[in-house]
Amino acid sequence: MSRYILPLIAVVALVLFLVIGLQRGDPRALPSPYIGKPAPQFELPTLADPAVMVASKDLEGDFALVNVWATWCVGCRSEHPFLLQLARDNSIPIYGINWRDTRPEALRWIAQLGDPYIASGFDETGRVGIDWGVYGAPETFLLNADGIVVHKHLGPLGREAWDRDFVPLINAGRAAQ
Amino acid sequence: MRRVLILAVAVFSMGPVAAIDTGQAFDDPVLQARYEKLISEVRCLKCQNQSIKDSNVFLASDLRREIRRLIEEGKSDAEVVDFLVTRYGEFALYRPRTTGKTLILWIAPFLLVLLGGFALFRVVRHRMSMPMDDDTAITAKEGSSE
Repeated sequence: MSRYILPLIAVVALVLFLVIGLQRGDPRALPSPYIGKPAPQFELPTLADPAVMVASKDLEGDFALVNVWATWCVGCRSEHPFLLQLARDNSIPIYGINWRDTRPEALRWIAQLGDPYIASGFDETGRVGIDWGVYGAPETFLLNADGIVVHKHLGPLGREAWDRDFVPLINAGRAAQ
Repeated sequence: MRRVLILAVAVFSMGPVAAIDTGQAFDDPVLQARYEKLISEVRCLKCQNQSIKDSNVFLASDLRREIRRLIEEGKSDAEVVDFLVTRYGEFALYRPRTTGKTLILWIAPFLLVLLGGFALFRVVRHRMSMPMDDDTAITAKEGSSE
């Protein structure tokens, strides 16, 4: 009987690894190395006016969302109504990073679909995107009042993920202040 | 027919060559070698089983541009790798560094070989303690009956 114990343990371990692997969700989703660390500093001309800058210090003092978007990004279009709703409800200040886009197209998008952003930085070359570890839009970072990244959402943001991942963090953070 | 085929192969294999801007980035061959080695070891995060050397999505070309800039600024290979790991994590590297977190990646193969060796040893020892197989058993019996 004892000769079966070792293979049994091996099989159980293998099955366990497979189950964990299957339940991990999207295997292409990478954890951000910035979670729990200060968000990368940035300063970009705004989309609306190249002479006006938007920078890290504008985000300090309250929780803030940093949403990486582009007009070529299909997921950005699908999450846009939800961002507008967050802005209407005054849930949280939302800043945009318009990533690897062209100004006329991005301005047309905002004019047609509405503007949920306090300001969008215009990151034409993708430099700031790289600093933030962005690898596919849309990506949404949640920053606390001290500018620490507390959560990163990959892909289109919706009500479900918002209520599950963002709201508890924001409530806990605001209660602690 | 053969000429047509050769021509077709030649024409259709031209595309990929022109697609990726991994030509000469530096005049200095030493810098160029460093650049090529680095970009072949960085994973394209958008197209995860390619290196940024093999990919033409804009993220890969952006990362190549950043690496070129860092080398021009005189940064060492380790500093370039640090730059990428800070932003994208260990996963960006095809050859993960030996740190606490990635240690398991490096020692797991050796552990598995040891484990396999141990299992093999057990099986072989078990087989050797079993009665000999039929042919030899019969000859042995025949031998003893004579």
